[in-house]
Amino acid sequence: MTDKKNRKSHIDRRTILKGATATAGVAASTAISGFPTIWAQNIKDIVLRHSGPPVTAIQKIAEQASKDLGFTVQMQASENADLLNRFLSQSNTMDCADISLVYMRYLIGRNVLQGIPIAKVKHWDKTMPLFTKGESADGKKLPQQGITPLMILYATSPDGQKVTGSAPTEWVTGVPTITNADTLGIRPDLVGRPVVSWADLLSPEFKGRAALQDNPTIGIIDVAMALEARGDVKYVNKGNMTKAEIDATVAKMMEIKKSGQFRSFWSTFDQSVNLMASGEVVVQSMWSPAVAAVRSRGIPCTYQALKEGYRGWGFTLGVMKHVTGLKLDAFYEYLNWYTSGFQGAFIAKQGYYSAQPENARKFLTDDEWGYWFDGKAAASDILSPFGKLMEKAGNVRDGGSINERLGNIAVWNSVMDEDRYLTRRWNEFITS
Amino acid sequence: MAMTGVSSEEAAAASQMAARAAGKGAPTATASRWRPLPTWLVSWLQVGPLAAVLLFMFVLPALIFVVVSFFDYDRTGIYPAFMLESYREVFTSQSTLRVYLSSLKFAVIVWAITLFLGFNIAYFLIFHVRSGTIRAVLFILCALPFFTSAIIRTIAWIPFLGRNGAFNQAVMGLGLTQQPLDFLLFSDFAVIVAYVHLYTLLMMGPIANSMSKIDKSLIEAAWDAGASRWQTMANVVIPLAKTGIALGSVLVVTQVMGDFFVVRQMSGGQSASIVSALSIEIQAMQYPPAAANAVVLVIIVALMVACMMRVVDVRKELLK
Repeated sequence: MTDKKNRKSHIDRRTILKGATATAGVAASTAISGFPTIWAQNIKDIVLRHSGPPVTAIQKIAEQASKDLGFTVQMQASENADLLNRFLSQSNTMDCADISLVYMRYLIGRNVLQGIPIAKVKHWDKTMPLFTKGESADGKKLPQQGITPLMILYATSPDGQKVTGSAPTEWVTGVPTITNADTLGIRPDLVGRPVVSWADLLSPEFKGRAALQDNPTIGIIDVAMALEARGDVKYVNKGNMTKAEIDATVAKMMEIKKSGQFRSFWSTFDQSVNLMASGEVVVQSMWSPAVAAVRSRGIPCTYQALKEGYRGWGFTLGVMKHVTGLKLDAFYEYLNWYTSGFQGAFIAKQGYYSAQPENARKFLTDDEWGYWFDGKAAASDILSPFGKLMEKAGNVRDGGSINERLGNIAVWNSVMDEDRYLTRRWNEFITS
Repeated sequence: MAMTGVSSEEAAAASQMAARAAGKGAPTATASRWRPLPTWLVSWLQVGPLAAVLLFMFVLPALIFVVVSFFDYDRTGIYPAFMLESYREVFTSQSTLRVYLSSLKFAVIVWAITLFLGFNIAYFLIFHVRSGTIRAVLFILCALPFFTSAIIRTIAWIPFLGRNGAFNQAVMGLGLTQQPLDFLLFSDFAVIVAYVHLYTLLMMGPIANSMSKIDKSLIEAAWDAGASRWQTMANVVIPLAKTGIALGSVLVVTQVMGDFFVVRQMSGGQSASIVSALSIEIQAMQYPPAAANAVVLVIIVALMVACMMRVVDVRKELLK
């Protein structure tokens, strides 16, 4: 991987543009060879503004892209409602964006994005069937609860303002980039017994030592996984509950909260890490890199695979409505660079999955690929893209290979039809 | 006054005369080259900057959220309308009364504790510390922690109060308890500890300021007249320090009522404040109910402040 990177970094822009064929063998090659020279002359002045959450809008990726592509890519990171607000009200301050499947639900039909013709997407055939077909790599159909990729992916026309909800078309609202399957993190040294089910989140054994995410949509889905596993509540779609299902869930949640089950609710990455590392909490909903952060302090922490499956989430890269002409061409170049491996490998080393795993593989060592994607024991220490120790040699990724994890997504992160009602009931839960 | 060799009374009289003359539009004797501005303009220029700041950063935003509180909304947008639904939601939700009661409870407890601490610390600094230098040093010591951000001062309590935190390890090490004390963190107790830590200075400052204006001879006179320590306190010090007490109370109570961060951090998200409920609505892009909540909050806090101001006429006291 380093070989390839070094070779490229010694080539200046002009060489790349003129001799794209020379780099064709390299993963991050671009398809510029057919363009007239005038294009190469003008493109260096282009500035492509990429907006996204801090998880994906990473400066180093922009630097590499600018180096490889011959125009400037800028990253803008913001979070949660701030980011969504920028998408909705200031989309002309950005050119393209990493958009979570959930936010796509807000953006489709709002004249924020334009459709992307699949013909322009070079790595479409390398994109996981999880996104393109709603099935796992071995062809298994996956449960379609919550906001699934298929719900928001295929546009009915080039303007991208309407989606089919599942049937493939020639246009997409965005190209899949990142995904992961979330589950409970546990302290194996403190739980004192195997944790195998979401129901354990609510087990009285862990009274006062469990935590939830302080976020209505994700928090309630995690509890719903647990309640369903316990047999308390039956759901048609945990990612899109009816009012009655919300009521039943919130009533149970209040009861459980009164019993003192929850030690805390966390709202930031650091909070979740500290709760776990300090032993305040032994079982909680967590993010993959947070588990790694606890472990990197030498404290045992497992991202526990559970029999009911995972809660999935994903991002797609979309392009704003106002982007046209040369800039749109530059976006397609960037898109095809973005999905060609460097970015995928970068985020894979933080514990997420690239939506084009085979491309990411080209930028990973065999050992890194084996650990992150194949469920194999690490032969040597596994480092983050920033050089921090993530895992010691000999460790195996919790939950196993990519297929074992992504193939068991039971529900996706969501914004429900009854989200207004949910927010209100969630506030009642928090204040109870 | 820039005039040297003139007593301040004379200078003040001169400037008053000048101002009066300017008010009539007559040329003045004192101004040689500069024609003094008319008094109305001077007044406007004096209040202008503050008025502009208040207008653009308080009045206009407040008007906007009052207007938005009546708007209709869906998942992505807000639409002009005159809809009372958001208010109906605020007044019918079970959570509204609970968060107000909970915030009021915190406000009363924190007010009482900070008043007790603030008053006593201020009294000590003003009346017991004789040396001005030592007093200044002690004041700086009180203020020193406030050079760090409030967020850090709050979060710093978490490892200290935690289940395996320094305090629990200490009491367990001393054999005072076998089990760690869970109530120390992620509880109302933790919230109050952080509030008291953050806001005692807000109470102490204004009280110390009021006390420093008390003429020491009044206290001596009270002693000479045979008043006991408590009588002096009740009849001399407290009445003369009540402006400071009122100002400190306003500062502390409004801080607690408007807080979001401390409650969320220290209760581990298990208690809510009015503003944290509001922030959940904002995160869910539900602006009209958040705005309605904000309107109700502003009205209630304004009423509370008005009540406190009735107890003491702060304006009159400050002009003394």
